[in-house]
This record gives sequence, structure tokens and C-alpha cells, in this order.
Amino acid sequence: MEDNKDILLSVRDLRVHFGSVTAPVRAVDGVSFDIRRGETFALLGESGCGKSMTALSLLQLIPTPAGRIAGGEVLFDGQDLMALSEIQMRHIRGKRISMIFQEPMTSLNPVMTVGAQIAEVLIQHVGLSGKAVSERCVELLDAVGIPAPAKRINDYPHQLSGGMKQRVMIALALAGEPELLIADEPTTALDVTIQAQVLDLLAGIQEDTGMAIMLITHDLGIVAGTVDHVAIMYAGQIVEQAARKEFFSNTLHPYAKKLFAAVPGGHKRGRKLETIKGSVPPLNTKFHGCRFAERCDEVWPRCYEQQPRWLELQTDDDSHGVRCHRYDARIEAPHTVAPQPKTRLTEAQISREQKGEPLLQIRDLKVHFPIRKGLFKRVVGHVYAVDGVDMEIPRGRTLALVGESGCGKTTVGKGLLQLIRPTAGSVSYRGQELTRLKGEALRRLRSQLQIIFQDPFSSMNPRMMVSSILEEGMRAQQIGESAAERQRHIASLLEHVGLPASAARRYPHEFSGGQRQRICVARALAVKPELIVCDEPTSALDVSVQAQTLNLLKDLQNELQLSYLFITHNLSVVDYLAHDVAVMYLGRIVEKGPVETIMQTPRHPYTEALLSAVPTLDETSEREVIRLQGELPSPINPPTGCHFHPRCPRAMEECRRHYPAVTRWETGEEVRCHLYM
Amino acid sequence: MQKLSRQFWFAPLLILAGLWLLWLFVPLMLGVKPVMLWTDRLIVLLLAAVVLLVAYIRRKAPLREAWLQVFRQRRAMIALVVLCAFIVIGLLDSIHYRKPLPRSSGDAVQYSVEVLSVLDAVLERLRAREEKTYSAPFATHLYAKETVTLPDGRQVRIYPRLTHAGRHLADPQKDKAADIMRTSLQGVAGGVLLGLSLLLLLTRWLAWRKRQAFLSCWREIWRGASEIPWRSIFLTILIVIVSISTAWALSGKYHVFGTDKVGQDVLYLSLKSIRTGLVIGTLTTLVMLPFAIALGIMAGYFRGWVDDIIQYLYTTLSSIPGVLLIAAAILSIQVYIANHPSLFETATDRADLRLLALCVILGITSWTGLCRLLRGETLKLREMDYIQAATALGVRHFTILGRHVMPNVLHIVLIMVVLDFSGLVLAEAVLSYVGVGVDPSTISWGNMINGARLELAREPVVWWSLIAAFCLMFTLVLAANLFADAVRDAFDPRLREQA
Repeated sequence: MEDNKDILLSVRDLRVHFGSVTAPVRAVDGVSFDIRRGETFALLGESGCGKSMTALSLLQLIPTPAGRIAGGEVLFDGQDLMALSEIQMRHIRGKRISMIFQEPMTSLNPVMTVGAQIAEVLIQHVGLSGKAVSERCVELLDAVGIPAPAKRINDYPHQLSGGMKQRVMIALALAGEPELLIADEPTTALDVTIQAQVLDLLAGIQEDTGMAIMLITHDLGIVAGTVDHVAIMYAGQIVEQAARKEFFSNTLHPYAKKLFAAVPGGHKRGRKLETIKGSVPPLNTKFHGCRFAERCDEVWPRCYEQQPRWLELQTDDDSHGVRCHRYDARIEAPHTVAPQPKTRLTEAQISREQKGEPLLQIRDLKVHFPIRKGLFKRVVGHVYAVDGVDMEIPRGRTLALVGESGCGKTTVGKGLLQLIRPTAGSVSYRGQELTRLKGEALRRLRSQLQIIFQDPFSSMNPRMMVSSILEEGMRAQQIGESAAERQRHIASLLEHVGLPASAARRYPHEFSGGQRQRICVARALAVKPELIVCDEPTSALDVSVQAQTLNLLKDLQNELQLSYLFITHNLSVVDYLAHDVAVMYLGRIVEKGPVETIMQTPRHPYTEALLSAVPTLDETSEREVIRLQGELPSPINPPTGCHFHPRCPRAMEECRRHYPAVTRWETGEEVRCHLYM
Repeated sequence: MQKLSRQFWFAPLLILAGLWLLWLFVPLMLGVKPVMLWTDRLIVLLLAAVVLLVAYIRRKAPLREAWLQVFRQRRAMIALVVLCAFIVIGLLDSIHYRKPLPRSSGDAVQYSVEVLSVLDAVLERLRAREEKTYSAPFATHLYAKETVTLPDGRQVRIYPRLTHAGRHLADPQKDKAADIMRTSLQGVAGGVLLGLSLLLLLTRWLAWRKRQAFLSCWREIWRGASEIPWRSIFLTILIVIVSISTAWALSGKYHVFGTDKVGQDVLYLSLKSIRTGLVIGTLTTLVMLPFAIALGIMAGYFRGWVDDIIQYLYTTLSSIPGVLLIAAAILSIQVYIANHPSLFETATDRADLRLLALCVILGITSWTGLCRLLRGETLKLREMDYIQAATALGVRHFTILGRHVMPNVLHIVLIMVVLDFSGLVLAEAVLSYVGVGVDPSTISWGNMINGARLELAREPVVWWSLIAAFCLMFTLVLAANLFADAVRDAFDPRLREQA
């Protein structure tokens, strides 16, 4: 703390309240931290714990009149931001402190060109005019790595891809040459490969300009890679704060430890993931003890009675703060030692060798969407969403389908369920050809193949009770003779997925995201399926809830011999759950094989790049990260030859001409790449 | 579960059955012949639908929550009270009967050809008191000079005294103002008394429902502390009752809104017009809803050739000028009526058929807007995960339409219906003015305005028919619009999330 001049932003005891004065929702409840010049400070936590509200209150952007800053002090470069008027604040916002939001799609004005939006900031804050504005625009776009920036300034946001938009957002934020950049989940909406590009870009800019970055995220992986300081927020408070090295080598708070344990990965395969029971408590409750006590495995009786102090533990190079009774010297450990963290890591009973005859076989599946234009709706082209996919899923096993968004993963899932009718190819389930089935016959068979969707909020009819949602499939498939029998079945289903029987009489909106996903699982199970297509079932969930859901899926698989087609872009989930992996790129599978071989020794350059782009918690492994150029090309006119060659670091002349044939390996892998021909 | 679902239609059905019995036996006791016009039948149908809907909404938590939000808004509730007053008048005017003629002994009972309604019976004092021609509001003399033979045989041209208004005044010039003041004070006093006793009854009922002491309930209401703004509702009820009672007291002695060309009381005409307005506003919707909903969601859900046909249909229909279509249809109905006089027992029957025809034709021309909206919404809904999930579960298409799509587009239907209502009331006035509206013998605001139009050039101007029609129409449409706003706010998910 001796180098006080170094501190750019100092927040002390910040409190933000929402709603009524008498029983406010304490979104931010006494948060203090410092950010030094040129450093990256990460604020980490699950959704709903007050991260974004902290950031918004720094800029006084709290939505009024619902919310208000109830107390605290924010010193920015020695100046108290809370004391500034709205007009004075305008000179700070965008000029000295900028912000990047999570959703690049909605943060840009769709009716203004990119250039005009950047120019607005330049004219307002930098005072440029005339030609200098457009020159600076081009410079900025160039700085954030947008190719042909002089042309791009006349583009509208819809002409840019997601990653490009986020780059434009960063350029916008940089236009005022800020001293502090607040990035609120800047990469959550992006694919891993793009995420890596954006994080690199931010680090590069920081190096050049020396600005400080406040990074708000829920992704431990990102934190591990790029930041200097970490603060973990829980229920409106910071529970632990330390330099990155210290934090990762010596995690103190039980919540932080749990977060680490809940991240899935290859080394945890075959075991249960650690979960954090329950969910974040509602912030309008009056807390008497530790906020995490209800969910803590290492809880002491004292934790329920007394709020833990903020403790500063002195370490070698920097301070390490934590809010937990365990580290308070003034508090003695109770005599009756609290139950040690239960070892919940049970060995699962999967016999990995067992590989029966495939339950489902897909041969040369194609789904093309025609593009129609003009008066007579002539077909002028096709979107080759899925263009020749082969795979098989054996009984009781999980096949993970991996790829960037837009590569056609979801279309494969829907195509095999006949939710979208395939253009060509065959899908055979237990020898029955699904693509030719129609009407009643198809309807009968639908009970065997089910689907779980990504967004637990849109996957249930908001106007139906949970019991009717679960009963719907049973009635359609005539499972259960009487209403009473179906009700019994519903009760057992709910118990199976870990929900109370009383859930049946409630509506979907009364449940949290994780609980809703359980209901969706129960709905799929209600018709006794053999195969479930899981379409990114955990990507909308927090890490701790994700672990609960993954455990549930794994348990069900062991118990009921279910097969899963697990569609995801999260490679750590793949590593944990899948038996086989298929990597998809632009409508085709480029590599597939058993999970161990693919994760350890990827052969296709695309798989290599995907794997290397995943941020890991393991700091020691100094891997070389392969950066992919550009983004996924459009499936309307895929590149000639190998689809991947424009982005491939190892592209050869051959790649431009032919699409590579399959190369098979003894270990069961199949790769489509000219490198191995 | 099962019991609950049976209960929801049970109570409303009981109510409807009770009303049916009343309708059967009360006329028998009074010795009149009940008459059911076609529009009356549809109104009964509509009423039954509304009652069932209310019962259904009470059972569904999300719907009930949304409606409660409507009920919590002060402006919406004031509008609702006003609307209710209009609806009660409209309903009273929809119970028709024919009086028996004085019979010569031995013959079977003959009934008069004149079809009356309960409202006519209530307003007998207004209906029966016809003057010769125009008279201004609160006038004691006719608006036109007449040649009168004096008792001494001389003939003079004067404004003669009215036969039914201000007869009790010895010297109208001097006494009229005081008399009007006195009568209205009596009316106000009576209204306040009546209103307060009604409010006391209402509070008693509320206290009973909430299991609260009567006094504490009363105090809570007047402090404005109740969840639903009962204070505003009470005040509105009081104002409505006081104005009705004042008008009632005054109309015994004067023509409050004057008289029209043939001497009919304009207040009576304006009140009778309410039914016509309401019928046009609601029955039209009833006609168009099945088309709009069924075609709209089918087009959006099935896509492909179904969508092509339905789109073709509504694009064609909406590109034909509406007024032209309506004029053609109404004229051909008119010809049909003229050629088949034997089908209609009374003149009211004929006028009623034309009213119904107008509703149908307005419905046919106006379903396209809602249909297009529903198609768009369904296009969005069919991609929702829960509909895909239902398909994956093997649920039949029409079950999906009924169970998943319909309930999720109902808010749009509701908003459109309430918004359309005021538009249709106004459309009736415009069409009647053009001459392709309701039958000239049907009392409607459109016909009143049309009649008044001819007299606007007169010197001095006959303004009261126009103003009376305007005032009532304005009140009804304003109340409907305010209520529609509240409904839209409550059912718009985006606004609800912010709240």
C-alpha cells in the first residue's frame, strides 16, 4: 500500500440498493477494492452476485429510480466520483473510464454505421473534427485488428460478425483513450477461438497504452490466464481478494475452493464433480452470519451467528484478503470439528471398454436450407448447414459433438430427431430408417429419442404447470394407464432429478435456471427414451449449477443405460462427460474418435487450435496457444477444397483443391486432413 | 387436480342456467311474449363466453396475476366502472318482449307488433313523451313557430308551449332556472343517498370476503390503503349514480337533451344507441375472432402451402377497399330483406338482421390485421424450444396448436379486441353517416349524427343531437381506450419485466 500514487481507482464500502427503502435488495453490500494503473483486475462470481452492479455504479449508471447508491466512496485518480453531477460525470464516462458490455449484438446502434458511432465519441470526448475524425476511426479499427478498416467504417453493425462487433465495441471504448476500461463479461457471448483473440487484443492494448482493465467474468479459466489481481464476489460482498499467483496457489475461502472443484475437466472423468448445494441467497434477506454458510461444507456453528470480518493476511509480495472465520486468529475453531468435506468423489461404474452395436447410425446426413429470392421465390442458393455427417452412437455411451457456433451442431441434433427434415442421408435407429418414417409411425418412435435444450427459460411453456409439462409426453405416448398412475410417475421422475414432489404444482418461472434444466431432463425421461440429444444443456448455467446438471446426466446414464449426443462448445465438459468426440467444422465432421486420444493427441489442426484456445486453470502447463485467423466462413458458399484451409496455420496447396478423404487410425480415430493422407 | 378442472365451468354454468330460467318464467308471470332477436342470441353467447373465460382466468395463476395488475391501476378501474354502466344499459336494452294487445273476449291473445326492451320499460316516461318537432334542451317552448288558434278565434304565429316539458311552470321565463336548480338538487340528494347505501353494501361484501371488520375495511378503503383502488372505484360509482339520478329527476319535467325532428327525446335516443354501439363493437369481434385465430396460427405454424393460401386470402381481402365491400354487402342484404317480407314478423326483426349483417361484414373485412399479427407471433413461437420439445415428445399438431401456441398468443388477441372495439364503434357512426350503416329505423349514434347533419345549416343551429351523440360516444370510446391501455400494459411481457 506504500505506492499510493499508483492507485487509479479506489472503492471503499460501496453499497447499492434496489427497491423499497425498508426492505431493499442489497445488490452490492460494502465492496472495497483498489485498481492500480496498468493492471488487470478481475471481479469473479456467479450470476446475480452483484458484479455488474458494482461496475455500473462506478459510472453512476445504476438504473434509476429502482436502484440507488446507498453509501460508499469511489475515488478515481483522487477525485470522488460520487460527488460529481450528471454533467461532470459525462466527461468521465467514455473519456476516462470506458465500458464494454457482454452482448455485442445489442450494444451497437443498428441504424448507425460503425464509423459514425466511433466518431461520436471522438467528437464528444477528444474534440477532434473534420478529417482527423475519420483518420482516427480507421486507426482505432486497425488497432483492434479489423481487416480493411477504411472500408469497414461504412459498415452497419449487422454486416459484422459477433467477434467483429465486440472488436468495434472495444474500439469504441478505446476512442476516448481511457485510463480505466471496464469489461463486463466481454467474451461470454463469443466462441473459444474468438474469445482468445479478444483477450489477446485487450492484453496487447494494455501493454501499449498502460490503461487499467477491470474484467468482470464468471469464467475461472479467463482469470487464470490474463489478470494481475482477483477478487471473488459472493452475494454482494467480496469474499476473497489476492494477486493472481497467490490466489491460485493458496486459495482460502471455501467458496473459491468450491468454484475450482466444480469446473469439469478430463482429470475428473469418472468421478462426480464437486457441487455447491443450493444457490445464491436472495439479496433482500437480512444476513446475520456468513452469507455462504448455507452452502458451505466447512461451516462452523459460529458462521450462522456472526458475520465474518475482512481479514488482511500478509504474504510475501502482496496482501491476501479473505472474509471467513476460518482464518480469523481471534476466533477459535470449535471443539467439535465440523464434518470434513465429504469425499463425494465416487467411482462411477462405467465400463469404458463395453462398446455394443450402435443404437443410432447416421450416414451422410445433409441438411440444406434453400435461399429464395425474388417474386417467384426461386431458389438462388443453399445454406449448407449440415453437409455429409457420419456417426454412430452406441448404447449407454456419450458422443460429444464439438464446434464453434454456426458450424451446424444443433442442426445435426434436430435433423436426427426429424425436427428438421434432412435433405439427404440416412438416420437409422435400431435398424429403422427415421428419415422415411411419417405421421403415426414417427410419432410412436419419438418417445425413444428426446432432446434437452440450451436455454432453460424458453424450453418450457410458461403457462403450464410442471405436472402438465411432464404429463404431456406421457399422454401423447400413452404411457401410464390412468391419471393417477401418471401422477405417481411424475412424482418419481421429480424425485429422480432431485426436485421435491411439491414442484409439480408450480409454474416454470418459480424455478432457478438449474432447477428448470432438471425439469427439462425429467420431461425427456418421462417417455422412457434411449437416446437424449443434449443441446448445450449447461452453457446458460453457472459453474456450480453446471456441475449439478452434469452429475445428474451422468448418474442417469449409469442407471438407465442412456445414450447421449452431447452438443457443446465447452471442451472441458466434453473431457469430463464424453466417451467419444466428433469435431465439426462448417457442416462436416473433421475429426472423431475416443475422448482420451482426441484430448491428448489431437490430429486435425482445427482440433488442435480449439483445444489450445481453451483457457485452463493449470498455470504450470506452458502450452503454446494456436491463434486462428478470422472467423467461421459462411455456410452459403464454403471455401473450396478443405473448408478449414483459409484459417489453417498448416495449409498446403493441396488443401485449396480437394476436400480431404478420411484417414483412419488403429486407436479408432478418423481424421479428414491432407496432412495425414 | 381433476376436481379442480371440473369446477371451473361448473359455477358459471349454474349462473347461466339460472338466468335462462329467469328468462323463461318472468315473462310468463308478467303476461308478455319474450322475443329473442338474432343479435340478442349472440349477445347471450358472448356473455356465456365471457363468464366462462372469467372462471378460467381465475384458475390460471399467471393470467390471474396479469388481470390483478389491471385491477390495481386506478385509471383502468375508473374506465371499467364507466364501461360497466354502459354495458348494463346495453344489456337491459337486449331483453326484448312484446306486449299483449287488449283482447276481445274468447280470442287467443294477440301481441303488439312493437318490440320493446326492458330499457324501454324503464324509460317509458321518455319514450312516450313525444313533442311535435325540435325543442332545445330544457326548453319549455317548441323550436319552430306555429300558427295557433287562440280561444277567442284569432290565429297567431308563436312558439307554442311543449306538451310534456315545463307544463307545471306558471311563468316559464321567471321560474325555470329556480325549478331546474331545485329539481337537480333533489336528484343529487337522491343519488348520493342511493350511491352511499350501495357503497355500504359493497363494503359489507368486501369485508365479508376479506374476513375483516366492517369499519376497518371501510377506513382502509377511504384512506386509499387497499390493494385494488377501491376509493377511486367508489367515487366513480358515486358520480355515475348521482348523474343518472339527476338526469332522471330532471327528465321527469324537461327534455334534458332536447327533442329531435319528430319530437323524440334525444336523451332516450342516445341511451338506446348504446346497445347498437356495443353490439357493433363486440359482435363484430365475435365474428372475426375464429377466422383470425384459426387461420393466423395455422399459417404461422404449418408454413408451406397452408401459409401461402392464407396469406393470399388476406392480402386479397385487405386490398379491396373496405367501404366498397361493406356498401355492396349491405345493399344486397337490403334487397334480400325487401324481397322476403314474410320472413320477418316485425320491423325490429328486419332492422336487427341488417345490424347483424353489418357486424358480419365488418368482421370479414377486419380479421386480416389480427390474422397477420398472429401469424407473425406464431412464426416466432414455433421455433421456441418448448414447441420443439412437444414435437419431439410426439404430441399431435393440433394439440400443440391448442395447448402451446394459442395460450401464448392470447394476449395479442385480447389487446387487439379491446383496441378494435373503439374503432368499430366509431366505424358504425361513419358508415351510418355515409348511408351504408344500420337500418334508418335503428336508433344509433350514426343515425343521430346523420340526422343532425341536415340541421347544421339551419339558423339558429340545432346542435343538441350532435352534441348528445358525441358526448356518449366520446365517454364510451375514451373509457374503452383507457381500459385497453391498461390491459396492454399488463399483458406486454416487456413492460411486465420492468415492473
